[in-house]
Amino acid sequence: MEAIFSALVGIFFAAAIYLMLSRHIVRVLLGIAILGNGVNLLLFTAGRLSREVPPIIPAGSDTLSRLAANPLPQALILTAIVISFSFFAFLLVLSYRAYQALGTDDTDHMRVAEPVDQPLPPLGY
Amino acid sequence: MAFAWTMTAASLAAPPDLTLAYVAGTASLAQWLVILPVALCLTLGAVLMMVRHTTRLHAPIAIAGLAALVVIDSLLLSNVMAGGPVTMMMGRWLPPFGIAFTADLTGVLFALAAAIVALAGAVYALGDIDARRRRYGFYPMLMVMMAGVSGAFLTGDIFNLYVWFEVLLISSFGLLVLGSEREQIDGALKYAVLNLIATTLFLIAVGYLYAIFGTLNMADIAGKANELRERAPLMTLSALFILAFAMKAAAFPVNFWLPASYHTPRIVVSALFAGLLTKVGVYALIRVMVMLLPVEREALSLVLAGVAIATMVLGALGALAQSDLRRLFGFVVISGIGYMIAGIAIGGIAGISATLFYGLHAIVLMTALYLVAGEAARLGGSFSMAGLSGLYGRAPGFAFLSLALFFAGCGLPPFSGFWPKFMLVKAAIDIGAWWLAGSALLAGFLLLIGFGRLFLLVYWRPLPEGPAGTVVPVAPATTASVGLSALLPLSALTALVAWFGLFPEQLLQLAQQAAYTLADPTAYVLSVFPSGAAP
Repeated sequence: MEAIFSALVGIFFAAAIYLMLSRHIVRVLLGIAILGNGVNLLLFTAGRLSREVPPIIPAGSDTLSRLAANPLPQALILTAIVISFSFFAFLLVLSYRAYQALGTDDTDHMRVAEPVDQPLPPLGY
Repeated sequence: MAFAWTMTAASLAAPPDLTLAYVAGTASLAQWLVILPVALCLTLGAVLMMVRHTTRLHAPIAIAGLAALVVIDSLLLSNVMAGGPVTMMMGRWLPPFGIAFTADLTGVLFALAAAIVALAGAVYALGDIDARRRRYGFYPMLMVMMAGVSGAFLTGDIFNLYVWFEVLLISSFGLLVLGSEREQIDGALKYAVLNLIATTLFLIAVGYLYAIFGTLNMADIAGKANELRERAPLMTLSALFILAFAMKAAAFPVNFWLPASYHTPRIVVSALFAGLLTKVGVYALIRVMVMLLPVEREALSLVLAGVAIATMVLGALGALAQSDLRRLFGFVVISGIGYMIAGIAIGGIAGISATLFYGLHAIVLMTALYLVAGEAARLGGSFSMAGLSGLYGRAPGFAFLSLALFFAGCGLPPFSGFWPKFMLVKAAIDIGAWWLAGSALLAGFLLLIGFGRLFLLVYWRPLPEGPAGTVVPVAPATTASVGLSALLPLSALTALVAWFGLFPEQLLQLAQQAAYTLADPTAYVLSVFPSGAAP
């Protein structure tokens, strides 16, 4: 089970990086969304996938059984989901505003902050 | 439901032994001080959000709050100097299960410098941020950003560090787009995308770290690294951490978000970003690579040295090519990051203490430099070197302050930039890395040319002459002098730069002591696990 999920995480990362290499902001954003989900899946898989053993510490022991899924990564994912969701929402609004203000979603043409022909500093008085 | 069931089950059985789960006794006042900086900033951020429409209340509340933050961090520093690292466990859960906040000398020094700079920024903002931008929430976001920065410096839990990174990142987005000008939106988009990718890389590294160590507590990790080194892929993990933090700190191959965005927001926002955000990345790099994974740092030191050389030399070269003052200072920030990473690459007490000293110096200096750019633009009506001239004649006092800061920027005595560079070059020569020392000197020389030309053109060049051969009259008196809200923070920061340049002994000793605690984290671990043994 973990092997399948690991392969899936790899595919997620590959797709995310491919999309993030694009010049178009929309694709980059989709790449970021997939990357965030890939990371969550990675954390989830790293904490063992199993439903057979409930994560309850048996009497007389002070650690979980080795077979039970670790609940902590799932708590980490919850935090990460909330954060990446809010960031994604902000980025969506920001890129929509950028499309409105700059008239393009091609990063090659987004040169308002860094114009192509910037003047060099004066060479003398 | 589940909670109620556990409660009944617990009350039916014998009373549970709480000492197995909870820290015994209540927290002392010193322990509360560890969490107070974060709690204060978050609370004030929320309060300011509540009075969002009453903009006249914002500045007094924020300035009083940040002044209190400086006091709290100073108290914390004196506590840590006297008694070593202090730890407070959130919710009283025993470590490593609860989230630990641990203040050691490194974290507290950085937190105090950050608080001082934020206070200076809040005062400068009185004259720089108008009522409209205050209504957009400059001061609330500043307070939340300071909560993120203080939290990052004081936390003792690596996942919590990730959370503080995100807190300061989201509030920095808000500060960056304040006013929503076209330029700002362009810069903010690149800043946001690249920084988000960097923190996601950090999260991946944290995930692997938990899979390897089974703990997120830094003290616990420091104790367990030695036994796991044989069979765990710690090198891969270290490489991931270095990439993530180098991207946050704007080190060479992954630094291009900084010059794309740092010149776009209001000048006080640029100043605070330049002082604080990249240094949080460097701090995280020190914390993880020096304290948690020292053997891997040693193994990767040549990679770090290469990155450091490229960053400091290319940053300085970039600064030479810029005409816009804000972009020029952006490249100076990058060059400074190179120096700090060089210290990490050298390692040992000498290298790390040089990095710490440089970091503290850079927090103050970079903020002050951007404030200088803001005042120069207010006096001369432009941010461009081509458009500015004759500032020396117009405001000699301001020119004097600027010159002091420029000297510090290129590492000339008698200002605070000299000592960390001196320590760095000495440490590099001591281990035989003459090429590293040479690159540091070369980058310093290039910066000297950049700053020298800046002073020559902007301050000494006479005002352009009018058509009839007469000098164009100086601008009206309102803009011909530096306002009090700018003069106060600027001269305070310059005074710090000059003070630690003239009397560096105390800061030197503190930096060395902090480096000792990082190199041998026994005191840090003991403060988290007082009994000595991690479960």
